Parts: sequence; C-alpha cells; structure tokens
Amino acid sequence: MDVWARVTGHEEGAVGALRGLLADLLRARVVDAVLVPRLAPGGSGVVPALVSRPEDVADAEPLAPVMPVQGARLVSALTAGGAPYRLGAVLRSCEIRASIELAKLKQADLAGVTLIGVDCLGTYEVPDYAVLVAGGADPVAHALVGAPQGTVSPLPRAELRPACAICEGFVPSGCQVTVALIGVEGGALVMASEELVEELGYERVAAPQHREETLASLQAARRAERRRALEEWRSRVRDVPSLLAEFGRCIRCHNCMVACPICYCKECLFRTATFDHAPAEYWQALQRRGALRLPADTLLFHLTRLNHMATSCVSCGACSSACPSHLPVSTLFAAVGEEVQALFGYVPGRSLEEELPLATFREDELSQVAR
Amino acid sequence: MAEAFEPRIVAFLCNWCTYAGADLAGTARLQYPPNVRIIRLMCSGALDPAYVLKALLEGADGVFIGGCHPGDCHYQNGNYKARRRVALLKKILEQTGFDPDRVWLRWISASEGRLFAQTMTEMVAAIRAKGPSPLRGRWGT
Repeated sequence: MDVWARVTGHEEGAVGALRGLLADLLRARVVDAVLVPRLAPGGSGVVPALVSRPEDVADAEPLAPVMPVQGARLVSALTAGGAPYRLGAVLRSCEIRASIELAKLKQADLAGVTLIGVDCLGTYEVPDYAVLVAGGADPVAHALVGAPQGTVSPLPRAELRPACAICEGFVPSGCQVTVALIGVEGGALVMASEELVEELGYERVAAPQHREETLASLQAARRAERRRALEEWRSRVRDVPSLLAEFGRCIRCHNCMVACPICYCKECLFRTATFDHAPAEYWQALQRRGALRLPADTLLFHLTRLNHMATSCVSCGACSSACPSHLPVSTLFAAVGEEVQALFGYVPGRSLEEELPLATFREDELSQVAR
Repeated sequence: MAEAFEPRIVAFLCNWCTYAGADLAGTARLQYPPNVRIIRLMCSGALDPAYVLKALLEGADGVFIGGCHPGDCHYQNGNYKARRRVALLKKILEQTGFDPDRVWLRWISASEGRLFAQTMTEMVAAIRAKGPSPLRGRWGT
C-alpha cells in the first residue's frame, strides 16, 4: 500500500526535497541511475540527463517548467528490450502516459523501472523559457508559489504551451513514487510504498488535507478550458477547405513526427522512398492537375499519422512545439484523439493491461461500420 | 456545357472473397456501372488507411473496401481488424471535415456475384447523389 511521507534530511523546499529523494534513491541502491532534467551548459535551459552519482543530482532541475524532449522517447531508448540496470525516471504525467503506451507497443520495458511522477505545473516553450531565465525570472519559484492553492498560472507576459493550458492530466498515475506539489503546504510530499518509505528513512505523514479538492478544482477549470479550445477548433474546421486553411503552411518537415513520443516506427511510410517521386511522376501529376503544391502530400501525412497514432495520443503537445510553421498540430490531435479514443473506450496511458485498440477486436462490435 | 459528373470509385477487394465475388459478377455477365477501379489485396486487414486517404486526397469520389463475411476470413480475423481500422478512419474523416460516407466497407463472399453487382450499383448511385469530391481539381493538399 502506498503511504504519504516527507523527504527529510535535505534542503528546504520542493526542489531540495526532490534532489534529496533522487540522491537517497541512488545511495540506497533502489535505482542505479536516474533520468532527470539538469541545468544545461550556459544556464538558459535544462536537458534530460542520466545520472548515476548521488552528488550529480545537486544541479538537477526536476521542476523546471520546460520539456525539451518528451521523456517517453528517452524511456524507450533506455529500456527497450530491457535495461541491464535499475532505472529511475523523473517524468511528468504526459511522459508517463506515453511511456505506458510505448511499453504496450513493445518499445519500452517498464519492468524494474522506478517511475517518479511529479505533479506538472505546466511548461513553457523552450525558447520562451530561455528568454524568461535570461531576463532574471525564476519560473520554478513562480510555479511553486501557486501550487499549494492550485493556481497554476504563467509568469506575467508569458504563456504556457497550448497543450499545457488545456491539460487535465497533470497528476501522474501508474508510478512507483509520486511527488505531490498541488494542494500541498510547505514544499513537496511523496507517495510511495510503505517499504520504500521505510528504506529511505522518511517521516510518514497524513495525507495532505486539501489535495483532493485542490486537484478537482484545477481539473474542472482545465476541463472547461479544453472544451472551449476544442469546440472553437471544431467550429473552425468544418470541411476540407477549412482544414486545408489550417494546415496550408505545412512543409512536411516531419518534425511533429520526430518529436511525437508515440511515433516510433523505424519503417514509417514517410521515411521510406514512397514519396521520393521520379521527375516523370511529377510531370504526370502536373498534367493531371494543372498545378502542384510542393512539397506534396502534406495533408496525407497528418491524416495518416492520425490513423496510426491518434488512439494513443496523450496530448503532450510535443508536435506543436516542434512545428517550425506554428501549425495547430496538437489541437488537431487532441480533438480527433478524444473522439477516436471514445470510440474504443480507450484511455491512453491509463494502464499497461488495457489492450491497444488496433491490436485487438471483438466479434460483436461496430456493426454499423460494415454489413 | 459542363461534362456530366461520373463518380470515380476506388475499390480495395480482398483476394479470397470480394475479389472472387467481383470475378463471379463478371463471368456471370451481371451488369454494374463501370465507375469502379478495382485493386486486389490479399486481405481487407492488409489495407493501410494511407491508401484510402491517398485515393480520397487525389480526388476519388468514393472508396469501397470489400472483405469476407465475419467469421469467414482466410486469415482467421483480418476482416475484424479491418473493421476497427475503417471505424477509426471514418471517425477521423468525420472529425477532419471529410464525408465519411464516401468510404464503404462491405462483406461480400466469393459466391455473391449478384450482391457485388448490386452493391456497386448502389454505391455509384449514392456517390452520384453526393456529387464530386471536394478534393477534385485541387492543386495541392
């Protein structure tokens, strides 16, 4: 059974507690290495790092509100086929959900991995974060001020990533250690198994009194914001011309696909020679149509990607953050994702046991689709 | 005067059932509209939705997918998987402003030549009533 505890014997505050927790996990040999964001050289950003020495977590930035890489991609790289050591991974909830999807897709092995989920207070785009830090702001301190009351708002004149602004799934689940910040007074509390808390020598505490209601009210606000954003999207995209208008600037660079934690296929259709047309084929297409948009097949790319991964989309927004043309990729995927997930009664990242919708079927279903 | 609209329908037929059904329609000299271009697949479950999308985006007015009746798949359950994929595809089309009713999935066996001819007649009429695909003649998607 999981119990609540306070990290003891380290610096005050949530960041100190989290750094202390990671050092303690390494010292106690619960894990041999931890994946955690660390201050990048130059100081204007953070990068994920794999750390094995307890002293190296001193400059870890586990709460930096920025996500340069979707952590599930790293969990996949570090564990696919089984890691020969015990990994601990500090992740936000969307990274955990994507890791679970990748495990079901056989691209990650979570057995033996200690998932350390942290309440997510939202993230900024990487360049925005750099500008904030360069201007002397402290985005971590700012985020932590509102956390006990559940007020998660960006710094003045800054914006959270659009995917974060409409995220209801900011509380991690399915992890071995939960680091709770929202609705928690006086820094962070952890929730973990009784054995682990005992092994680390932490002080057990009562469940934070106002956490549940604080989470519920923030979730309700985000749900309303999500509804509003997706309804607005649906009212804008009603037919093919309006969809083309939204994605008219796409240059099919594939950045969204590269950044997407779910798009793992090594032999993706769009990485093959299928779209390397011979000059004569362009000429043939030109004769048929009179004029050709280049690069071609941009809408085919997005629609195919929707077909291949929308059932597993965790709405992390990595696609939009990677888009050089600032297209609303994550809004499209969120809007379509919730519909197709509802079609199969599937919630991506909820559980390792739930089968991927396209990996299974029932004989008596969907009779309206075919006869 | 504008040319009369003739629907162009791309049909993906499974080798074991619907393709054989189409063949039977032919050898039995059954009449059906010549608006259907048939592509043979080994199984409806082998159809990547990308091919359906490509056909639609290139301006096909309709896409037909034919497979074996439930329980009759040559590969045990390819048609059940196809049904999930087509359900997903149609939901995505609906959500992205396309008309999902331009895509049909039907079960037609090797002995149902008459049903194949009837279904093609029915689909061509339905697509004719809808009019040309909004993607026709676009210079780029």
